[in-house]
Amino acid sequence: MAEAAIELIGIDKSFGLVRANRNIHLEVPRGTIHGIIGENGAGKSTLMSILYGFYQADSGEIRINGQPVKIDTPNDAIAAGIGMVHQHFMLVQNFTVLENVMLGAEGAPLLYGSISDARAELKRLEKDYGLEVDPDAVIEELAVGFQQRVEILKALYRGADILILDEPTGVLTPSEADHLFRILEQLKDEGKTVILITHKLREIMAITDNVSVMRQGEMVATRKTSETSVEELAELMVGRRVLLRVEKDEADPGDVKLSVRNLTVKDSRGVTMVDDVSFDVRAGEIVGIAGVAGNGQSELLEAIAGIRAAVSGDVIMDGKPIDVTGAADPSDLRERGLAHVPEDRHYTGLVLPFEENENSILGYHYHARYLNGPFLNLDAIRDDAKDKIEKFDIRPADCRLRTANFSGGNQQKIVLAREMEQDPGVLIVGQPTRGVDVGAIEFIHKRLIEMRDKGKAVLLVSVELDEIRSLSDRILVMFDGRIVGERDGEATEGELGLLMAGVEQREAAE
Amino acid sequence: MSTPYAKLPAWADYGLIPLINLVVAFLVAGLVVLLVGESPIRAAGLLIDGAFGSGSGIAYTLYYATSFIFTGLAVAVAFHCGLFNIGGEGQAYVGGLGVALACLAFDGIFPWYLTFLFAILGSAAIGAAWAFLPAYFQAKRGSHIVITTIMFNFIAASLMVYLLVGPLKPPTSMAPQTRTFLDGAHLPKLGWVLEAMGMTVRATPLNITFILALVASVAVWVLIWRTRLGYEIRTQGFSPRAARYAGIGEARIIVITMLISGALAGMMALNPVMGDQHRLQLDFVTGAGFVGIAVALMGRSHPAGIVPAAILFGMLYQGGAEIAFEMPHISRDMIVIIQGLVILFAGALEHMFRPAIQAAFASISPRRAGLEPAKSGSV
Repeated sequence: MAEAAIELIGIDKSFGLVRANRNIHLEVPRGTIHGIIGENGAGKSTLMSILYGFYQADSGEIRINGQPVKIDTPNDAIAAGIGMVHQHFMLVQNFTVLENVMLGAEGAPLLYGSISDARAELKRLEKDYGLEVDPDAVIEELAVGFQQRVEILKALYRGADILILDEPTGVLTPSEADHLFRILEQLKDEGKTVILITHKLREIMAITDNVSVMRQGEMVATRKTSETSVEELAELMVGRRVLLRVEKDEADPGDVKLSVRNLTVKDSRGVTMVDDVSFDVRAGEIVGIAGVAGNGQSELLEAIAGIRAAVSGDVIMDGKPIDVTGAADPSDLRERGLAHVPEDRHYTGLVLPFEENENSILGYHYHARYLNGPFLNLDAIRDDAKDKIEKFDIRPADCRLRTANFSGGNQQKIVLAREMEQDPGVLIVGQPTRGVDVGAIEFIHKRLIEMRDKGKAVLLVSVELDEIRSLSDRILVMFDGRIVGERDGEATEGELGLLMAGVEQREAAE
Repeated sequence: MSTPYAKLPAWADYGLIPLINLVVAFLVAGLVVLLVGESPIRAAGLLIDGAFGSGSGIAYTLYYATSFIFTGLAVAVAFHCGLFNIGGEGQAYVGGLGVALACLAFDGIFPWYLTFLFAILGSAAIGAAWAFLPAYFQAKRGSHIVITTIMFNFIAASLMVYLLVGPLKPPTSMAPQTRTFLDGAHLPKLGWVLEAMGMTVRATPLNITFILALVASVAVWVLIWRTRLGYEIRTQGFSPRAARYAGIGEARIIVITMLISGALAGMMALNPVMGDQHRLQLDFVTGAGFVGIAVALMGRSHPAGIVPAAILFGMLYQGGAEIAFEMPHISRDMIVIIQGLVILFAGALEHMFRPAIQAAFASISPRRAGLEPAKSGSV
């Protein structure tokens, strides 16, 4: 076994009483790709923040290449040869690639000499690692996959030997992700060490040499990837057995409940986000909309829910049109039986500073049963909230607790409980399991299938291809605002991946 | 990212931290007093003695506090909707017009309580009307309410000068003010309550408006936390997107909130105009609208915090006047500096001592300091 590039010995970190990391031991051999997986809140992010100098450990030791080092700031980390690629890119959008790479490492006050040096160095890095990208391209004009390469180049330019990637594939198409993995392989071949943080088990299996699993602040296991399985890792993450794919019967679609015709939506800058989209959702089926984030799914969902005005087109629910081009009132739509679980639960679906019970009536707060004249009927609201807490197993079971203090999965359950318990005819759901732990994902998926089996029309938007595939009876793929293909629930990942990347059907067939 | 600090018990959050901020503000203010060559300890003594040392002092303190409660509530209600109403000064100023019109019309006909009723309605209506246009522009045009309410303060000042040197001035008078109201528009004083408690109170302006201010505080609490409208206001204030999602009309809620806010600010005028001066004068608001911002900040936009914060500022006004009178090196402006320091530490630097206090709590009484789970946010 190669010498360890990174050794963490007994790392402890507490925030107040919360022990985010407890006695963490980790050894990453040089020249390997090491995966770290765990649910949200398991402590992965804290651990990497300690390694990169955002936080200081309460106790424990970090060794780089066998030498103990003290990392107090990100600059110390960079000096020790550690580079980090963040989940949300830290690039200046209107700078060129070259300018972004140089930023913070400009050298002299006058850029004249350093620009040409940087250009030469960039060229060398490109050649060595297969990281082709035009140094003079402006960041905002680059595809997401290329922007990520710039982040990697930035780290390498600063002499990183150890590269930490935080959820790198969240924003990538499957083919972009494959390309990233090839780059990582190449980095490994050149002797670099890569740490990959992710919650996607499939990626771990595909690319890593070793994998460590974190749960509730502890490092519960480290395995050689070749000697473990997806099932074992999932069990280690959650601490119990989980069903990765929900079981469901054949759908029994009924009448068309929701019908979208030639819908076009523009964003605030006037860019067309949804382009002439038409489809139907029938009672008793789940229609999934797949696509890489930012291809118009969010706008589509918001237009149907009456939150965003469309430019043209029709949406018809139960045979009656919804006014989508004017100011549709979300309350009217709720009255007509349209429930909406928004993509963004932090600022749209919930008011985080509210008590749980206050959020359990959001959007239905004007219903007579929650009111005494103009006054809130607190007893009725809280009883209702307690009821939902029990039915949806929301934890902790305290309807007076501030919503921000619930975990992501439980917050999502608060939204789902509110919307599903209204017994809507049509349920539109955006990213139901984003930032939700594995245990809650299983629960949420079961509930969505239940809704379908009760004869509701469910429209599901998700960037998680696995989720779309395991839940949907029909899959529509969105690319660049248009629906570029329809498949049934059995479609393969590769097939959908090509559609999501915008490869036309004809080309795909060739 | 995980929340890095443990939560504090409510009494520490709402009591201990403001207290520490206040103590630090006074310590720094003490340094300033030292710098101009006076004894900070004597100044503090004068301040407290001037504000609370006598029945008259207390009455004056509460009289000032009455005005600050109204303007503080006005700012707080707008805050809950995510709006920063800087226009309390102007809304209170034109509110005085409502008071004066009611008093001039009815003081010879009605007993004080009926005139009072009309004056309340008049001040609230005109204060609300003055807040309407900024609210409407914010709701429909996106014109920032901070800018428009400030501009409306200037317009209010000019309008009142015009009215008080013109239409409202008795033809025989040289002073820019209305005629003195008759007895039917004099509010009962509350000095006798303090006298009943054994204090001596000379003629002081503390009047029944103080009771109205306390009633308004309770009403605001009910409005914000116990009504559907308050629920909608808070939703809009915390997250406009959630309000949109919930079908709460943004324009409607902004306008309604600002009308309530303007009405509360306008009612401040009852206190000096009807309770004390018995005539409408130029500049009777004397900064109470702006002090309301500090009061709302310090009181955390909660009536239970606003009333004590208003009394604190009443104390600074009353006791500060005492210091300026007794200490030759300390002018009125020094008092403004001290008030500014209180605002700085209690408002702007509110969170400066929080991390240390939270860390102390976590180590002293772990069980009392509730936990924020480390699960918010993703990896």
